[in-house]
Amino acid sequence: MKNRFLLTTGLVIASLLAFTTASAKDLRMAYDADPVTLDIHEQLSGGVLQLSHMSFDPLIRWTKELAFEPRLATSFQRLNATTVRFTLRKGVKFHSGNKMTASDFKWTFNRLKQSPDFKGIFANFQALNIIDDYTIDLVTTGPYPLVLHTATYIFPLDSQFYSGTDANGNDKAAIVKNGASFASTNMSGTGPFKIVSREQGVKIVFERFADYWDNASKGNVDRIVFTPIKDEQTRVAALLSGGVDFIAPVSPNDFDQIRASDNAKLITMPGTRIITFQLNQERRKEFQDQRVRMAMVHAINNEAIVQKIMKGFATTAAQMSPTGYLGHNPNLKPRYDLALAKKLMKDAGHENGFSVTMMAPNNRYVNDDKIAQAVAAMLSKIKIKVDLQTMPKAQYWPSFDDRAADIMMIGWHSDTEDSANFYEFLAMTPDQSTGMGAYNSGNYSSDYVDQQTVKANQETDIAKRTKMLQAIENKMFQDAAFIPLHWQNLAWAARKGVNLDPVVNALNFPYLGDLVID
Amino acid sequence: MLIISMFCFSIQGSLGDPTREMAAMSMSDAERENLRDVMGLNDPLPVQYLRFVKRALQGDLGTSYFFKEPTLDVIMKKLPATLELAFAASILIITISIPLGVFCAIKPRHWFSRFTMAVSVIGISIPVFLTALGLIYLFSITLGWMPSFGRGETVHVWGSWSTNFLSWDGFRHIVMPAVALSSIMLPLFIRLVRAEMLEVLSSEYVKFARAKGLSDGPVYLKHALKNTMLPVITVGGVQIGIMVAYTILTESVFQWPGMGFMFLEAVNRSDIPLITAYIMFVGFLFVVVNTLVDLLYGIINPMVDLVGRRQ
Repeated sequence: MKNRFLLTTGLVIASLLAFTTASAKDLRMAYDADPVTLDIHEQLSGGVLQLSHMSFDPLIRWTKELAFEPRLATSFQRLNATTVRFTLRKGVKFHSGNKMTASDFKWTFNRLKQSPDFKGIFANFQALNIIDDYTIDLVTTGPYPLVLHTATYIFPLDSQFYSGTDANGNDKAAIVKNGASFASTNMSGTGPFKIVSREQGVKIVFERFADYWDNASKGNVDRIVFTPIKDEQTRVAALLSGGVDFIAPVSPNDFDQIRASDNAKLITMPGTRIITFQLNQERRKEFQDQRVRMAMVHAINNEAIVQKIMKGFATTAAQMSPTGYLGHNPNLKPRYDLALAKKLMKDAGHENGFSVTMMAPNNRYVNDDKIAQAVAAMLSKIKIKVDLQTMPKAQYWPSFDDRAADIMMIGWHSDTEDSANFYEFLAMTPDQSTGMGAYNSGNYSSDYVDQQTVKANQETDIAKRTKMLQAIENKMFQDAAFIPLHWQNLAWAARKGVNLDPVVNALNFPYLGDLVID
Repeated sequence: MLIISMFCFSIQGSLGDPTREMAAMSMSDAERENLRDVMGLNDPLPVQYLRFVKRALQGDLGTSYFFKEPTLDVIMKKLPATLELAFAASILIITISIPLGVFCAIKPRHWFSRFTMAVSVIGISIPVFLTALGLIYLFSITLGWMPSFGRGETVHVWGSWSTNFLSWDGFRHIVMPAVALSSIMLPLFIRLVRAEMLEVLSSEYVKFARAKGLSDGPVYLKHALKNTMLPVITVGGVQIGIMVAYTILTESVFQWPGMGFMFLEAVNRSDIPLITAYIMFVGFLFVVVNTLVDLLYGIINPMVDLVGRRQ
């Protein structure tokens, strides 16, 4: 008896020891920038969403294979065309100690509807109804296929914590873009890490939340020191010299150096951001001729761009939707054919070519200015003389809004991880009143694309919807609506022993709560 | 200062649209316009400028979009890091350039002098960020001796001033940025000291001192060096001001959380209030430094008469 007691105690102590040594891990990470704010509804950006996944939890989240995985919802089911019911996890606590219930979700949902950045994503949602403390219904204005996609954006905020007024008498829940607010400097979520200290632009220190609900997670990171390092070479140097354990993003120029290192490893995966050029049909009559657009698409060797400029760090594209999206049409292949391009130009009566202007940013997408130069050179082969201007993104976007050049570069990542989002912003006929085609600087206009996109967003049958979306891709392919280049890949680098592979995903939000460090 | 502020305002249009940095790509035009209205960006430029001047007179230079704090507070927080870096680099420059410059002047034909001059020509033509990256590559990655970024553990002194000089870790962090920063000025100063010293050595009073039978040491150090320093201080003062500009490059390579890096980021983010405040602050700094140099000049060289008294 005594022996058994001793043995049990020994085992318990041993396992406790093992647990503490296994869990006492620090992660020093460096990104190119730190999140602008702690208010996750203030800005829809990669940095803020990364923070959301670190300090909050969504209802459901994307897996590496782009499927849905329950988080704060334990299960979900569609009740009818406009309603999806979610059952919530019990026993979840916020960092403040408050218990999470359905009312926090309702409060969060209402706040999202107020947020200038997020309200667009929730435009098709009518209400979040509380059925009981741990059951909610998401109700859409009409049949809507993207309820689950959107639910990945619902990270419940601690409604008690954010209610009331702060020391200056301002509403704690206010979303303030221009200046500080309670929510932008304080936070209480349900996520794996809470913030211990933060010095904007210099350092954020996170600590694992002791009452985190997900005990099944094998994540053993106890403390995260997040440092923004802007310069990409400095970031790589910090990793290689052991100053940090994990960096992102990584430029293709530094791949060889990391691969050659004994201490670090590189993790890449295909991304979902499409890079394209749009041909402005309003500014240039020539571009209204389908044959000219087709000739230009055939003149661009996007495989060469991927291999030479992107160093293989991209996936050549012939359409907008990447693999894994419903709209991805496997029949559409890149079509570089210079002879055909020349013939098409001749048929269109532009054998002697013409001159155009082109604009591209030089610090927004990976190697954006070099890609633009290559495309300009390739177009000169079919005697289209390109006057190219590249500029920093701060100047580029106002120019883009002015449609200041005949050919403009645009990259797009679908907020919903769904094909229709591409069409809504890049391909539908620009319309001020509906906000559609907001980034369609080419003024490409097709009734078919316009109507089918709207229809597809009311179709809840996945098989039918897939067909519709793929048909839209095909239509744009035949029309040569735009010049597709590639989908940017994603890259992270980490010290050996940091098992980053299982927690990264195409959305570029590594789930650090589940990260295991040897 | 008024002219600087007007200049900042006039270039505002080409600095980009700050709402782009503050909002999602997918945000609707109406929402964006709304935000611009709230921020007062849609008002005509003179209206915006008057509002700025009115607030500036009360000591408020606006609120940074990114830091969400008054711009002056942000600058004051970043200032110590930059000043410490500039200080460390100045110390390096002074302690290295004067002995080397003097040596090269006294023994112009010595192999070491020739070597120093050759290296300084190379040094002056290598851009500072290249030096910085070379240092990182050699000492951080290959040898693993030095930390490659940031300020490390600093010791808090007073207010927003935390120093790198009171802890070993902080000291290790400042060495490479300081070396990189000084590398661009060092050759210039060595050549300057050498040239001035040569000139002084060939002057009448040095010849007289030697003729008087003084030994070499006192002639070089007491008589010649003192007079050499006059132009060096003038140039040095201005150069230290310019060095603040060079910290932009050094700081961004080493992720040094100082003013230069802050400014570069503000430009990237179209953080207009911060850009304006920074340029005005640097303008102010230049005025102060130049005034100090003039005063110092008067102390060292009794021939300069600050007050304009007739003797």
